[in-house]
Amino acid sequence: MTSSQTIGQQHSAIPVTAEVPLWKQDGAEPFLRIENVTKKFGEFVAVDNISLDIYKNELFCLLGGSGSGKSTLLRMLAGFESPTSGRIIIDGVDMAGIQPWKRPINMMFQSYALFPHLSVEDNVAFGLKREGVARSEVKQRVAQMLDMVQLGHLGKRKPHQLSGGQRQRVALARSLVKRPKLLLLDEPLGALDKKLREETQFELINIQEELGVTFVVVTHDQEEAMTLSTRIGVMNHGVIVQTAEPLDVYEYPNSRFVAEFVGSVNLFEGKVIEDLPDSVRIKSKEAGAILFVDHGISCAPNQNVHVAIRPEKIKISHTKPGNTVNCIQGEIEEIAYMGSLSVFKVRLESGKEVRVTQPNFSRAMGERFTWKDKVYLSWDVDSSVVLTS
Amino acid sequence: MSTSSGSAWVTGASSRMAKYNLFSRVNWGRLGVIAIPTLWLGIFFFVPFLVVFKISLAEPAIAVPPYSPLFEWNLEEAYATFKLNMGNYLFLLEDTFYLDAYLSSIKIAAVSTFFALIIGFPVAYLIARSKPSMRALLLSLVILPFWTSFLLRVYAWMGFLKKNGIVNEFLLSTGIIDQPLIMLQTDFAVYIGIVYTYLPFMILPLYTALEKMDLTLLEAAEDLGARPIHSFFLITVPLAVPGIIAGCVLVFIPAVGEFVIPALLGGSDTLMIGRVLWDEFFLNRDWPMASAVAIVMLVVLVLPIMLIRNRSGKEEAL
Repeated sequence: MTSSQTIGQQHSAIPVTAEVPLWKQDGAEPFLRIENVTKKFGEFVAVDNISLDIYKNELFCLLGGSGSGKSTLLRMLAGFESPTSGRIIIDGVDMAGIQPWKRPINMMFQSYALFPHLSVEDNVAFGLKREGVARSEVKQRVAQMLDMVQLGHLGKRKPHQLSGGQRQRVALARSLVKRPKLLLLDEPLGALDKKLREETQFELINIQEELGVTFVVVTHDQEEAMTLSTRIGVMNHGVIVQTAEPLDVYEYPNSRFVAEFVGSVNLFEGKVIEDLPDSVRIKSKEAGAILFVDHGISCAPNQNVHVAIRPEKIKISHTKPGNTVNCIQGEIEEIAYMGSLSVFKVRLESGKEVRVTQPNFSRAMGERFTWKDKVYLSWDVDSSVVLTS
Repeated sequence: MSTSSGSAWVTGASSRMAKYNLFSRVNWGRLGVIAIPTLWLGIFFFVPFLVVFKISLAEPAIAVPPYSPLFEWNLEEAYATFKLNMGNYLFLLEDTFYLDAYLSSIKIAAVSTFFALIIGFPVAYLIARSKPSMRALLLSLVILPFWTSFLLRVYAWMGFLKKNGIVNEFLLSTGIIDQPLIMLQTDFAVYIGIVYTYLPFMILPLYTALEKMDLTLLEAAEDLGARPIHSFFLITVPLAVPGIIAGCVLVFIPAVGEFVIPALLGGSDTLMIGRVLWDEFFLNRDWPMASAVAIVMLVVLVLPIMLIRNRSGKEEAL
């Protein structure tokens, strides 16, 4: 579909599973198809002509800032909003006109939305009772689900007697107990503290794999999206800017927005001076050098582009490295020691500030850097990405 | 010896410490805030209550005030009498008229409360779900009738309901009826009057309960397969229970003792304890009997409220 996807196919070094995932197979039937969906609130376009295919057993993350339209898209899937135009097809069925209570979908709300007057058990049983499931089966399935989220002993409690993490588990159990085909999760880990979040992330993946439910997660937290998902759809201003696997989103962002939104990045503005099929040279005033990229891009000569390079891919040294390609000079302005790594802010002659991170391999670092040091920054020819938009 | 005296010394010190802490922990600001309403209720509710209770134990007399004193001092013969007359209370039990009046009051108040709830709930619901900018306006419309005298508004209802009143004129002119309906001076008019008068007291607490409800709960219920009608009865109504209780208490209590509405809108057979009280007091000039009626009414009303309060307090503690 986009250039990033073709690149992604060439470079996906780490296969997620032994088989080729569905989204890479030609002609694979999508489980959820979003077709040219637009949602307008008055004049405001919240979701702008989005098309997206999500496959069975995927854990798809919609990543975007506030107001990017990701929550609106999720609410349209759940049926709380109806698209202004376009179609949503789940498992071959067009969802137009199907009320939320009839959809084979369940949602885990950001605020959890647990019923405060019902016990944990009754909260989880709510959906099953509406379905008219026999009482004995309700009891058994609720118990089973509570055991799975390790809350079997708290079934009689009311939501306000639980901790944040426990509430999150109740909400998850409640949304999974009906065995939905599709589970929507709105910022599932947003309300948890950092440590609990990391634990819960992996639990969520385990549960998803165990039950074989397709998950669509909405989040503004890029780290959450990276660890959880099979694929990420990065959203901005109601549009999906890039859809790719986490590794590709990070290593091969297709635009400045994606590069800056996912992780941190250094961007050098420049002009294409040599455009060969398998390499490009870009003259950048900001970098104060000619930058070399070892793969071809679709661009015109003299076009203004940005060269993106991640902070951890830049090598920092006092002495001039042997290879002088992609080597620039600057002065260390700030150092932040963060334990596992150190962050340097290096000021170039052009005034541009470059962020460099170095892992602290050993306790006695070979080379010590301090403020005001003149340093060389360099990177491999395949480490940077050229962004035309 | 030495150990026992030692331990005595320790307990002495600790009890002194406890006293010191207790004294320093008195929160004077808090005490002041609680003291003012407590004092107010003491002077204007509890003391009059005791006075009424005292009168209820006396006998009617042709005197000023029109009842016999409890204490009588005879200084010349040097004796004092202390006379408690339980006769009024016994008479309340003996004469079924009073029991009927109590039961009839409770029935009228309960039915009125029920209708106020049925009418008030949708109103409160709509206000709570309307645009925030509209809510203040709608709420002020609910309170607007209080700007006119209560008595005047009841008189207005007489104008509506009387034989040649607006309602009958309208129904006759449209040909729905050909005989004027007798509405004034019936229980029906009393129900209308009570529901109309006390409806705001039902709407306001219901609104408060409904307004603070988290609407994503309804979405969650729908998402789990509940139709809107189900989520209304399974989520909205249970969460409005504190408002329902508060509204019902606020309507039921004054309705039981209501005097003006049955006097103006009710018929001669509309039996309510407020009217009985009035008649005892001003027609029979039997202050002790009227006081006994008032005391019993208070007990009848206060006991269920205390039970409700006790229960809701316990639930909150959970």
